[in-house]
Amino acid sequence: MPLAKRIIPCLDVDNGRVVKGVHFEEVKEAGDPVEFAQKYKSQGADELIFLDITASQQGRETMRNVVSNVAKVIDIPFTVGGGIRMLEDAREILLSGADKVSINTAAVKNPELIRDLMSIFGRQCVVVAIDAKKNVGGREARSENSDQEYWFEVKIFGGKTGTGIDAIEWARKVESLGAGEILLTSIDADGTENGYDINLTKSICDAVRIPVIASGGCGEPKHMLEVFKQTDVDAALAASIFHYEKSSVGRVKDYLKSNGIEVRV
Amino acid sequence: MKRNNIAIFDYGAGNLFSLKAALERNGAESVSILRKLNDLGGFTGVVLPGVGNFDPAIRSVEPFKESLLQAMEDAINGGVPMLGICLGMEMLFNKSEEGTLDGLKILDGEVVMLSKKVKIPHMGWNNLSITNSDSKLLRGVSNGSWVYFVHSYFVKPTDKNIVAANSVYGSVIPALVEDGNLFGTQFHPEKSGAVGGIMIKNFLKECTQCS
Repeated sequence: MPLAKRIIPCLDVDNGRVVKGVHFEEVKEAGDPVEFAQKYKSQGADELIFLDITASQQGRETMRNVVSNVAKVIDIPFTVGGGIRMLEDAREILLSGADKVSINTAAVKNPELIRDLMSIFGRQCVVVAIDAKKNVGGREARSENSDQEYWFEVKIFGGKTGTGIDAIEWARKVESLGAGEILLTSIDADGTENGYDINLTKSICDAVRIPVIASGGCGEPKHMLEVFKQTDVDAALAASIFHYEKSSVGRVKDYLKSNGIEVRV
Repeated sequence: MKRNNIAIFDYGAGNLFSLKAALERNGAESVSILRKLNDLGGFTGVVLPGVGNFDPAIRSVEPFKESLLQAMEDAINGGVPMLGICLGMEMLFNKSEEGTLDGLKILDGEVVMLSKKVKIPHMGWNNLSITNSDSKLLRGVSNGSWVYFVHSYFVKPTDKNIVAANSVYGSVIPALVEDGNLFGTQFHPEKSGAVGGIMIKNFLKECTQCS
């Protein structure tokens, strides 16, 4: 299939500034969203994702001005998440220039929101973000993989609150409700720069037929190669390797291409 | 050259801002977002955007159907150009598996779901295989160019001659249809980077050249 694997820089935004957290905490500032967006676009990013990381916790409105300023300068798709609790929030973000909205906590609290968004805006606009954390014990063994010692729990409110929901079951459910894509973040891997959680990513990709974006743990281009080689994932998201210029989107793509991964160059 | 006044129709279902910004970036002097389509006089081009769902979109154009169909006929006959993007293209056909309402039936054919063999939606960058080297929208666009798709359904035109480019995803998918000055893209030119920008400029050029 000629569909290119997508490389997606992620911009965690707090008060209109791009920040990068470690394990969803200890947030540090990294810069201006519009500048980042322009830079990534010119490097060949396939898409951008903005996450207002503190929105769910503090009930903050996602910064619509940032969204529209970014939409003016870039000609690639972008997704905005954080703080979307109801249809009207999603509509406002889409009208500000976002192509897709990503919902996380709100989807868990009110799964029907997924169906409502899908029926009005179309499936392709609806990204469900799943923040998953590996748990050992503390729950009945998963019915389908009862030999495994661990399971992945869906966490909400920026990774801080457990739900008791199995991430694989949740992925299937959001697909059936109308999600067009899953943004899968491993809380364990996020910020470690030790690579994506291959087991988690593979489990979710195998469970659904909608595109999946792998997130959390990318510290070098090799990690993207690993996740594309070892799973059926459609896109790889990264933040720090691009923000701190350890690599560029263009260099990552050249590296992936030379290793047999189809990318848009 | 004529001043380019472009109308974008708003089905009330999403992101028109980035389409408007893309038209402006590529040279449109003014871009209006319309909730009503009864008066298209004064516009040099009309765009049906690609965000939403089939039945609600059809319902939203129902009150202006007659004038819209007339404008589309005119476009086919070389009049004011129209561009339907994604859903905006799908609406031109007879019916869609996404909904139960009739389409606009300006182009003959049906809209069907993508092959179950592949992930749905078809979301991401795919190659164009150009089948009509005289395409007005594809002037200056190389065969094999990457463009951005986000869709779950695709069009099956009865008249294969209107297909100007294909892409492959599960099966061969018409990516661009062109009939006179009526254009439809399954992909999103406004989201397809520099290549998409060339196509938007080409569309705007057609808009300034017809009366």
